[in-house]
Formats: sequence, structure tokens, C-alpha cells
Amino acid sequence: MTGWIARLEQLRTHQAAPWLGVALIVLTLFILPFVLASVGTAWVRITNLAILFALLSLGLNIVVGFAGLLDLGYIAFYAVGAYCYALLASPHFGLHLPFWIILPIGAAVACVFGVLLGAPTLKLRGDYLAIVTLGFGEIVRVFLNNLSQPVNITNGPQGVTLIDPFRIGKIDFSRTDDLFGLAFSGPIKYYYLLLAVLVVAIVINLRQQNSRLGRAWVAIREDEVAAQAMGINTRNVKLLAFAMGASFGGVAGGIFAATQGFISPESFVFVESIMVLSMVVLGGMGNVWGVVLGAILLSFVPEILRYTVEPAQKAVFGRLLIEPEVIRMLLFGLALVLMMLYRPAGLWPSSRRKRELSETDQS
Amino acid sequence: MEIFLQQLINGLTLGSVYAIVALGYTMVYGIVQLINFAHGEVVMVGAMVALSVISALAGSVLPPLVIVFAGILCAVPVCMAVGFVMERVAYRPLRGAPRLAPLITAIGISIILQQVAMIVWSRNPLGFPQIIDNPVFEIAGAHISAVQIVIILGSLLMMAGLTLLVFRTRLGIAMRATSENPQIAGLMGINVNRVISATFVIGAGLGAVAGVMVGTYYGIAHYTMGSLLGMKAFSAAVLGGIGNLAGAMLGGIMLGVVEALGAGYIGEIMDLCHISGISDALAVRCAQDGHFVLFGSNYQDVIAFLVLIAVLVFRPSGLLGERVSDRA
Repeated sequence: MTGWIARLEQLRTHQAAPWLGVALIVLTLFILPFVLASVGTAWVRITNLAILFALLSLGLNIVVGFAGLLDLGYIAFYAVGAYCYALLASPHFGLHLPFWIILPIGAAVACVFGVLLGAPTLKLRGDYLAIVTLGFGEIVRVFLNNLSQPVNITNGPQGVTLIDPFRIGKIDFSRTDDLFGLAFSGPIKYYYLLLAVLVVAIVINLRQQNSRLGRAWVAIREDEVAAQAMGINTRNVKLLAFAMGASFGGVAGGIFAATQGFISPESFVFVESIMVLSMVVLGGMGNVWGVVLGAILLSFVPEILRYTVEPAQKAVFGRLLIEPEVIRMLLFGLALVLMMLYRPAGLWPSSRRKRELSETDQS
Repeated sequence: MEIFLQQLINGLTLGSVYAIVALGYTMVYGIVQLINFAHGEVVMVGAMVALSVISALAGSVLPPLVIVFAGILCAVPVCMAVGFVMERVAYRPLRGAPRLAPLITAIGISIILQQVAMIVWSRNPLGFPQIIDNPVFEIAGAHISAVQIVIILGSLLMMAGLTLLVFRTRLGIAMRATSENPQIAGLMGINVNRVISATFVIGAGLGAVAGVMVGTYYGIAHYTMGSLLGMKAFSAAVLGGIGNLAGAMLGGIMLGVVEALGAGYIGEIMDLCHISGISDALAVRCAQDGHFVLFGSNYQDVIAFLVLIAVLVFRPSGLLGERVSDRA
């Protein structure tokens, strides 16, 4: 027994150990979609959605976690990105631009919307910002619903259909290709693409965290007046947080439109904003890994509920009393309240928060 | 002119409801500097409870007016209890925490209230029983119904009552002292916690009545009705100057009027056919359809937010509010 532990300890402290760990994780992530696909393609799609939400959460984390600005209309930027993609790559306008042109456009447009929203409100206190962003989210949805008249731009509540999938050269993301004897179906291809984008997003987030800008954000979050006294241009720095968060949302929205092939204003309701916020709060505001963890956990909750709560209720009461959807929302609400009351730093708190706590303990 | 008068009446009705809800926001804000995000949901609960009571009693021998009053009398205590529990559970433990924390719990509470309401009542909009006959009077070509008159008068009465409470009673003095400085108020022998609880409870009670009013006016109640109403009422509170009672009343009524007039006229103003000379294509469209409306009355809900943003940009302290310093 002790021999085992000693050997494990040896392995852990070995020089190559971190690399071995990374290699293991990479390998797992690489074969994961095939394992999931053998259970059912639906699971690959669910995983893709989870990664999309992780992307969104990373974007919102910049705004809420780093800079401490509560944005309750974040899904609006997702909508902007999605509609950008849908309108520029579908028969609706007859435009079929390739995705590597549209995604930057979507990010840029979302970014502009972020600045437009932020500019008038950022000099105000945080709680006003929360309400204004909430209102902004609603406004965007009202516009998406009504901009089918007098000129049909968004096609109203019917949404945009037949959106082009991604294409890289001859590889079409909606078809199955055989490569090295493995069947790469559409969702699996999107999985790898999303994974790549997620890795880029994580790297950006991590690099930002300890950059000059990242430290400025934290300073503003902790004490805006003191930050200003230290020479930080608080307005510009906050605007940057908003714009960056928004552009993450824009990119995620574009990929969402491509994977779904169909979007309508119904996909961008207030509840979705709350869901992303719950992911950030649950995982740990300000910690990149925590946020990703929160996103993945909460994305799988509805699926888990569908497979546990439904049969359980049917077995006990003979019929479905409370739908899984409702339980999911209740859980989100409870998660927000309980996390704030008992574990405000999240499941996986950022190291800075931990450091701050231990410092105060010593003094 | 008839349209103008009609929209003015509708605006005043809606505005007095906004004002009553806005009072709930502004009272809480004045005392704890916190936006009670779940206040809109309290209004919804009020409407739902009243709806249940009125529906249950609708077939009985009681006169209709008594039934409606019974509905209000049941809704108010339930909402007060909700407000009290909410403050205890979600806000009190977080006093002194970073500002973000109570905001997030408030959102959590409002989601929970919505979902619970959906389980208890229904996923679908419920019809509010119309048991009182609602005679319509005509003034200069515009119509005003008895319900509208009752809503406007009832709101004015409640505003007067609240003003008396805040400026003429011991509790009112305690509330004003607490909003000025909680610590010193505590040193003066005021039970600050009790005063804050009382503020939440009074605000929730007002919200309950507002909920019944909205329900009767639109004839419908839905578990999501609170969020939009809450947002608009908050906009009204900001418009008047948050933390200021008279401001909330003024802001609410103004917002209601602006919204109603906006809804009545936006289609006409935004009709590009007035200027169809600027482009040939436009002239063709106008000749075909007769109008080319850029933004019609389906953008009504946007008006409140535009007002909110405009106020925040040009006069963040609101119409009647004094300059609020940023308390760290």
C-alpha cells in the first residue's frame, strides 16, 4: 500500500509529470467525441453547446468577473453575432460569405454594440448598469422581432433558416467525412472547431488576467476611486472590458448560428443571460478555469435532470408533476442565491481572492 | 385631439400604476442603496393571489365590490410576507458585502418567485375575472372607464397615505433617519433592522395593490408579467430621482404618459411617406401601401428604456433627485 503511494508520489513530483498530465487531457479531449458518438450523436451536440456556453461565460467573465460590472443583457451580443452570421451566410439576403470573414465581422459588430451600450452608462454606478443592460437585452430582442417591417431585415419571429454551415476548403461541416478510417460527422467536426476556439479564448483570458489591463480591471472592481487615483482611466478600461466581453459573445453567436442552421429571437431571451451569469457565478467570478467548469456543469444539468427527475417523478407520482425545465430554472435561482450567501467566490475561486483572504488572516 | 386625450387618459392610468411600483423601488433604494430586483415579481404575486381569491369567490352571493376588496386584502399580506422573507434571506446577510452580491441574489430570488408562481398557478396567461361591471364615460370624445378612474384615484390615495406615513409618523422619522445614516440612527435608539424590514414590507404591500390594478386593467395575469413592469417602474423611479418619493410618483406618471403618447403617435411620426420625395423607391412603396412605417407601436416597450438611458446620460440624479454621491 505504502509502496503504491510512494510510487504515485514519485510520479507526481517527476519532472515530466505536468506534461504527462497535459498529454492525458489532450488525448481525452481528442477521443471524447467518438466515445460520446458511440452513445448517441445527441451527446456530441450537447457537449458542443456546453463548449459554446463556456465561450460565452468566458466573455461574461471579463465583464463581471474581472471588471466587476454586472451585465444582465449579455445574450444580446450573442444574438448580434448570430444574426450577423445568419444574414451574411444564408439565402435570406442571398449572401454566402465564408465564415472566416463573418466571424470577425460579428465580433466587431458585437464590439461596437458593447461600446454603444457602455459609453452612456459606464460612468454610473454598478446597479444602474445592471438595469440598463437588462433593458438593452430586451430592446435587441424587440428589434429582432419587429425588424421584418417595413424592410425585411431579420425576418421577425420566424427567424432565419438554411444558414450555411462552416466550410474550410472542401471540408463541409454539415457532412460526414471519413478520415483515417474514422467517421467524422458534422457535430464531431464542430466539436474540434469549438475546442480550438475555446482554447484560444482561455489563453486570451489567462493572458489578460495578469496583464496591465487585467490588473486595472481588478483594481476598478475592488475600488474605483482608488483605481482612478492610481492613474487608471476608468472609463476607457471599463469600455474595453465591455467591448472584449461583447466580442466573445459575437464569435460564440456566429458559431451557434452555423451549428444550428436556424435562429430566431426565441433563442436570445433574458433567461439565457441569466444562465450564463449563473455559470460565471457558480464557477467562480474572475477565475478562468472555474468559469469553464461552471459552464460545463450547468450545461449538463438539464440533460441529467431529463434522465433522472422525469423517470423518478413518473415512478413516484405516476405522472410528471414538475417539468425538468422548471427544476432547472429553480436550480439556477437557488445557485445564484446560495452561492452569494455561502461561497461568494464560487466553486473554484480565483487565486487572487484566495491570496487576499490568506493575507488578511496573517495580519 | 381625441387620440391625444384618449392616450393621455390611458397614460395616466398606466402611469399611476408605475408610480405605485416605483415607490417600492425608491423606498428600498433610499434606505439601503440597493435595487430590489425582485420587486416586479412581488407585484406579480399580488396579482396572482388576488386572481385566485376573486375567481374562488366569483360565484358566491357576496357583492362584486366586496370580492375585489377581499382579493386585495389577501394579496397585500401575502406580498408583505414575501417582501419580509426576501429581505431576511437574501439581503440582510449581504449588507456590507460587495455591491454585486445582493444584486445577484435578487436576480436569483426573482427567478425562484417566477418559477414557483408558474408551478402554483399556470404556465399560460390567466384571465382576470371581470366581475364588476365597468361603465365607460365619455369626455370630449375620449373614453374613460370606471376601472381607470378607480386606479387613478386609488393610486393618488396611496401616495398621499405614504407621504403622511413618511413625514408624519414615528416610523417615517425613523425611516428618514436610517436613510440619512444608519449608524447614527442606530445610536439614536432606532432599530435599524426593523426599519429596513418595514420598508420592504410597505413597498411590497404597495406592489400587491399595483398588481391587482394591472391585472384588472389588462384583464390578464401571467407569471412573467412582473419583470417588464418592474423594469419600467424602475425606469420611472430613476426618471424622478431614485430615493425620492415625490420623484417616483412624478416619474411614474410621466413615464406612463410618454409611453402611451409614444405608442399612439410613433407610427405616424415614423411614417416615411411624409417625406416620400427623397427617393423614388420610397415614393413607389408609398403609392402602393399608403404608408411606410419605420418603427410602429410594437416598439412601445422600448420607449421606457430609451427614457431611462436618456435620463442616465443627461441627468443621472433624475428630475427631483439631488446629486447622489458615490458611496464606496
